[in-house]
Amino acid sequence: MAQIRCIDVTTGYGSHVVQEGLNFEVNAGDYLCIVGENGSGKSTLMRTILGLLPVLSGNIEFGDNLSSTDIGYLPQQTEIQRDFPASVFEVVLSGNQASLKKSPFYKKSDKQKAVENIERMRISNLSKKCYRELSGGQQQRVLLARALCATGKILLLDEPVAGLDPQSTEEMYSLIEQLNKSGITIIMISHDISAAIKYATNILHIGKLTFFGSTEEYIDKRSDLNNAEVVL
Amino acid sequence: MTAMFDKLTQYLAFDFTKNALIVGVLIALCSSLLGVILVLKRYSFIGDGLSHVAFGSLAIAGVLNFTNEMPTILIITIFASILLLGGTKKKLSGDASLAIISVASLGLGYLLMNIFARNRPNLSGDVCTVLFGSTSILTLSKSDVIISSVLSVLVVLFFVFFYNRIFAITFDEDFSRSCGVKVKLYNYSVAVIIAVIVVLSMNLVGSLLSSALIIFPALTAMRVFKTFKSVTIAAALISVFTATLGILAAIVFGTPVGSTIVAVETVGFLIFTVIGAIA
Repeated sequence: MAQIRCIDVTTGYGSHVVQEGLNFEVNAGDYLCIVGENGSGKSTLMRTILGLLPVLSGNIEFGDNLSSTDIGYLPQQTEIQRDFPASVFEVVLSGNQASLKKSPFYKKSDKQKAVENIERMRISNLSKKCYRELSGGQQQRVLLARALCATGKILLLDEPVAGLDPQSTEEMYSLIEQLNKSGITIIMISHDISAAIKYATNILHIGKLTFFGSTEEYIDKRSDLNNAEVVL
Repeated sequence: MTAMFDKLTQYLAFDFTKNALIVGVLIALCSSLLGVILVLKRYSFIGDGLSHVAFGSLAIAGVLNFTNEMPTILIITIFASILLLGGTKKKLSGDASLAIISVASLGLGYLLMNIFARNRPNLSGDVCTVLFGSTSILTLSKSDVIISSVLSVLVVLFFVFFYNRIFAITFDEDFSRSCGVKVKLYNYSVAVIIAVIVVLSMNLVGSLLSSALIIFPALTAMRVFKTFKSVTIAAALISVFTATLGILAAIVFGTPVGSTIVAVETVGFLIFTVIGAIA
């Protein structure tokens, strides 16, 4: 059973359609890269999967006891976060907010989970540091640790290497690869097609033409896709 | 020095001084908590805009001869909600609508007061009181004290119980939404609370200065402290301390309460800025 299956999905804001007829599925352990030009609707699709935007038509089915709120989300950084006074631990702990339910305070197990994920991202030494004083790569690790608190199964990453230097980019990719190997499904939005080909098992290309298939198939069809987009 | 001290003890023996202190400290406490959210969300100006709206709605209430402020609170709450929720995505238009609502209500408020209260003996004095707070807050009625206390306690309880959610949502609304948290409900609650606090603090410092009570403690705390918890606690303490000092100084020197508190807060801000720069 697929974890996420999109059947003939139309994404968009209100009455404005961004993308029509999207069909793809994500199975446990997959590493799916969503690639496409700026403005092709990658982020819109991601927000739709997360349930932040309504599905305009078609259907998104969740299997494997998953719902849209069980997805660990790594959003792009916002202006607000750049000078937000918060410790690394505070940020990571907030990944457990779904488990607060009616209680006002986090449970011991939530705190334990935060500590574990901080260790998993190898940032234990930064735990008490102020988030805004970290480097871009360190901040991304913090947000990844937070996303891991929200899920044990599937991560949705929105341009996780945007604005990082080459070394941090490599480190980020290898961290994500390790998470994938440990059994976590990865869905990543990316500009970086070479990285997508290197790491992903499946690729969804959206734009004027849509492609979904394994990375091998994508490599075969890639030049056709690009040529066709130029003609269109 | 002893003369000042005598004056203070003499005043503190009166109930109205105690009331003023209680109300002042409570209002300062809850506006500082709210200020942490507003400053971090880049909504510093909302308090200012809303207090102008409060001025306008007070004028309307005056024209209609309403004696209590409840309608005022309601009108502002609605404005606050529109501003907060309308301004989340479209930054520019949120900014512009705030400016328009702010100046329009200030202008209309004064116009209304002039047209309908011409025969009042001391119009400019009244306006000055609304804008800058009464020359002393020693005129608070018993019901003012009770209403302020109850609302302040409610605001503080809201903060304690929702502290973790407030942090999470303020830091990253989209992430919270992706966890299934009802962000909209929270934004509405904050909008309602802002309105309540602005109206409460008008009693204390007047409508022009009420946003000082909201933003100064948070900004001051952020000069030095770097985690959300420490900023929140420090802002609350700074606010209570400066408000107390300001009220006492106003009594001793016979200065207007609002501007005295703001002066103390400004000094506090400068001190913390220096400490932050050195540390």
